[in-house]
Amino acid sequence: MLATALLVFREVLEAALIVSVVYAAARGVPGRTRWIGSGVGTGVLGALVVAASAGVIASAVSGVGQEVFSASILLAAVVMIGWHVIWMAGHGRELAVQMKAVGADVAVGRRPLTLLLIVVAVAVLREGSEAVLFVYAQAANGSGLASLAGGVAVGILGGVAMGMGLYLGLLRIPMKHFFTVTNWLLLLVAAGMAAQAAHFLVQANLLPSLGEGVWDTSGWLSDHSLLGQTLHALVGYDARPAGIQLAVYLVTAVLLILGMKLWGKPNRTKQQSPG
Amino acid sequence: MNHRWATLLLAGFVGAYGIGQLHAEEATATLTIVNHRFEPAELAVPAGQKIKLIVENKDATAEEFESYELNREKVVPAKGSVVIFVGPLKPGRYPFFGDFNKETAKGVLVAK
Repeated sequence: MLATALLVFREVLEAALIVSVVYAAARGVPGRTRWIGSGVGTGVLGALVVAASAGVIASAVSGVGQEVFSASILLAAVVMIGWHVIWMAGHGRELAVQMKAVGADVAVGRRPLTLLLIVVAVAVLREGSEAVLFVYAQAANGSGLASLAGGVAVGILGGVAMGMGLYLGLLRIPMKHFFTVTNWLLLLVAAGMAAQAAHFLVQANLLPSLGEGVWDTSGWLSDHSLLGQTLHALVGYDARPAGIQLAVYLVTAVLLILGMKLWGKPNRTKQQSPG
Repeated sequence: MNHRWATLLLAGFVGAYGIGQLHAEEATATLTIVNHRFEPAELAVPAGQKIKLIVENKDATAEEFESYELNREKVVPAKGSVVIFVGPLKPGRYPFFGDFNKETAKGVLVAK
């Protein structure tokens, strides 16, 4: 049961952290719980479908179908987050002012939530499909169903608790800075996802690594420790990054920051107009 | 203007190096999973060369090939086979394991 709980926890953790950041970033949008909930639901369904078709996906593209699939959905999520981040750079200040005036979490403004739904679905699908395969393998290997179900429940609860902890922590940020922080956090999540996509494409030999393991900080902070995994999900931490992962991380971050600066300028004319 | 050319030149070098890397000769090595164990448990591979690692799973359940040292993680479906590219590696030992059956599925890649 402990092994099951640990593995499920590890898979749920990363998805839960990303869902928390996205949920926080959608603060003040009417019906955000329904939207994000739909994203989680879509992700769980997707995870089941992906797990069921693991054989087909694996043998596709001469044995590297998994990598191509993972990289594709990660890059889709990066585009969605990028869109949202750039949009928010222009509207975040306005939103924060409005929310302060009418009280936090009162419905204000419309934001492109479909994008965030997809990001949540991708995060849940990716981590979930591995958990589903593992649980199925355990059941087929003759693990007791009660102990298996117990392990799954403990793992999910633990991961969700970590996500809620992060969310509650984010809520403590003063409203004035709230969207700035969530926006930068989303930017780092996106850069990390892009770097992870690059990692998959190196593993598939479709991208050059530009140096395997440019540095190795695994002795100092392992990818597989709780903190290492948390940082992996939130800022793309990798203890042994390939050169191209660093390059893709930087390029993504720089492009998003440029986008925020170029298109995300607050609308001055609106602010100056009386009333 | 000058540093723009330098950037372009650098990009060119990185690109050429990258393409060279992709087309470098790769060695092939095969691992088989039977009864939640890797066979062979110790696999010798050439150092300094990209390795195309084929992992075949003869079991009726999925396994996840994972190695911290190689920075690789990949699901191997039941009765399926996948390809994982690793390296080029420095000489040394690179342990790996099956994340779904950690007690039994253990092995090491030895780069020489």
